[in-house]
Formats: sequence, C-alpha cells, structure tokens
Amino acid sequence: MCTYSTEKLDLARSSGKGADGWFPLQTATVYYDHPVHAPDPHTVNIDFLNPERGPGARVAVELSLDSARELLAALQVTVERAAEH
Amino acid sequence: MHHDAVLAETIGIRGHGDDEIEAYTARPMDGTPRGGMIVIHHMPGYDAATKEITRRFATMGHHAICPNLYTREAPGADPDDAAAAARAQGGVPDERFVGDAAGAARWLRSLPTSNGRVGAIGFCSGGRQAVLAGIAVDVQAAVDCYGAFVVGTPPEGFPLQVSPLADRIPDLQAPLLGLFGNEDSYPSPDQVDELEKLLQEHGKTYEFHRYDDAGHAFFAVDRPSYRPAAAVDGWQRIAGFLARHLEA
Repeated sequence: MCTYSTEKLDLARSSGKGADGWFPLQTATVYYDHPVHAPDPHTVNIDFLNPERGPGARVAVELSLDSARELLAALQVTVERAAEH
Repeated sequence: MHHDAVLAETIGIRGHGDDEIEAYTARPMDGTPRGGMIVIHHMPGYDAATKEITRRFATMGHHAICPNLYTREAPGADPDDAAAAARAQGGVPDERFVGDAAGAARWLRSLPTSNGRVGAIGFCSGGRQAVLAGIAVDVQAAVDCYGAFVVGTPPEGFPLQVSPLADRIPDLQAPLLGLFGNEDSYPSPDQVDELEKLLQEHGKTYEFHRYDDAGHAFFAVDRPSYRPAAAVDGWQRIAGFLARHLEA
C-alpha cells in the first residue's frame, strides 16, 4: 500500500547528526510507507529535517513495525522519567 | 543484426510554469518513428528503480522520459532526501504534476523520430497520476499500476495534496490499462471495482487485470512485494496495450 499517511511536527531546541555533522532540527515527519533500505514492504519512517539547510540536512530511520512499537514504549518511559527530574 | 542501441541520459525540460525540471530519458537510436512513454516515479522518488523502468521502455521500442517531480523541492539531492523534502512540504500538487507531464509530452513529440503518440505509466502514487494524465494531458494511453485514491477517500487530517479523481473520470480521454494486486489495501479490490464501474458508466476504453497472490508494488524487483508471475504477465499486458495504442 502507498498510504501517503504522514504526521508532521515542529521540533524546538533539538539537534541531529547527518552526513555533514550536527545541525539544528526544525521538523519531523512520521509515516508508514515503503522504505528505501529496510527489508519490509512497509516501515515506520521518521525523517528529522532542517528545510533551511536543504534536503540533505536529514536524519532518517526506517523501523519495522515491531521495532517502532518498542521505540514508542521506550520514548514513553523515558519522557515520563524525565518529568521526575 | 538488429540495431538496438539505446541512449539514456539526464536532461532539462520545461515543465509547469515553464520551469526547467530535471528528467531522465532513454530512447532507441535506430531512427524508426515511434511513440513515447512518460514514466511517473513513485512517492519514494526519482530513483534508480524508476530509471531502470525508463530504460526498459526504450528496449521495448518506445521513447521514454521520467520527469523528476521533486526537482523544485530538492534540485540535485539524493532521491530519498528529495522524497523526504517533498513529503514534508505536502507532496506534489496535481496542477504542477499536470504541467510537468504536459512538458514531458511536448518533449517526446519534439523528437525527430516521434510518431506523435504519447502514453503515461505510473506506479503507486504515480498510478493515480497516470490516470490524471489521461484526464488532463494529451496522451493516447494511460497505465495505472496500483495507484491509490483514484477513487475512495483519503483519511481525515490527510496532510498531502491528494484528492480522489472519481468525479473527473468522465473527462478521461485516454484508454486506460489498470494492473492491480488482489491483496492490496490501497487500492483495495473494492476500490478497483468502483473505478471499473465508473469507467463502464461513462463508456471509457479500459482494460483491467487483477492478480491473486499479489499485493501492492508487485512489479518492484528489489522489494519483498515482488511477485514474478504477476509482474511477468503485467509487463506483457503493458507491451500489448502500448503496441495497440502507441505504435499502431
């Protein structure tokens, strides 16, 4: 399926490391669609972007659905713990 | 011996708004008049697999051109980075696609060996755009390979600039070949039925083939969705359809 389904969010005070080193992140897109590299027909893909720096300013991941669920749980736990600090 | 040389190269063409856009072309060099194919890349972009398909059309005996629909968002970028940038900006607006496809058709017809006939083929999101080309661009054949949202309604809160084409089917002027997997969800077999019903109601020339044991992207040789039986038959259907509508 070509879901087109895309969630987009703004990022603040965040950074990522791409091919040319660290850069500030402005947006992220999260979508379930065909991967470029991962070996499943569809994956949960996240692109961390800085459009001002061009298309190459991108940190990309393609996660199997199981791995995405694990990441989601880990983020949930980590963010909850962080609130206690 | 048959002269089968093919020239493949990247060029610039004029697209929507007279913008110069990048395109990949492959064409036979034997000097015989022939039709041309516009190859519409899928949402993951103007990539190596789509360029390979473009070359394949040249070996099948047609001129072929694949416009880079993401040229404006990401000139010179890697195809996957370009696709990510285009997605983040909401995808390709239909009006701009139509202008770019019309530019590709003009370029094909400008070739000294053009027979004046042009077709369009697209895979995935490009399948929907191939139908759109059949509606809004002067083409004599359109091939929709599992395009989603030709009919049906995108989910609520949909961020991309895609809307169904059902209400424009009356304006479809090109014969349509549709190739679909019965295990696909986008488009689902019900949606393929719905499109077929619309084509019948409006007296359109069409040919659909649906494959069991095949889902979305069954033509994609470098993905686990590849289904050799469906893909082999599908390519034969494409060759026959183009022989009738582009080269007859």
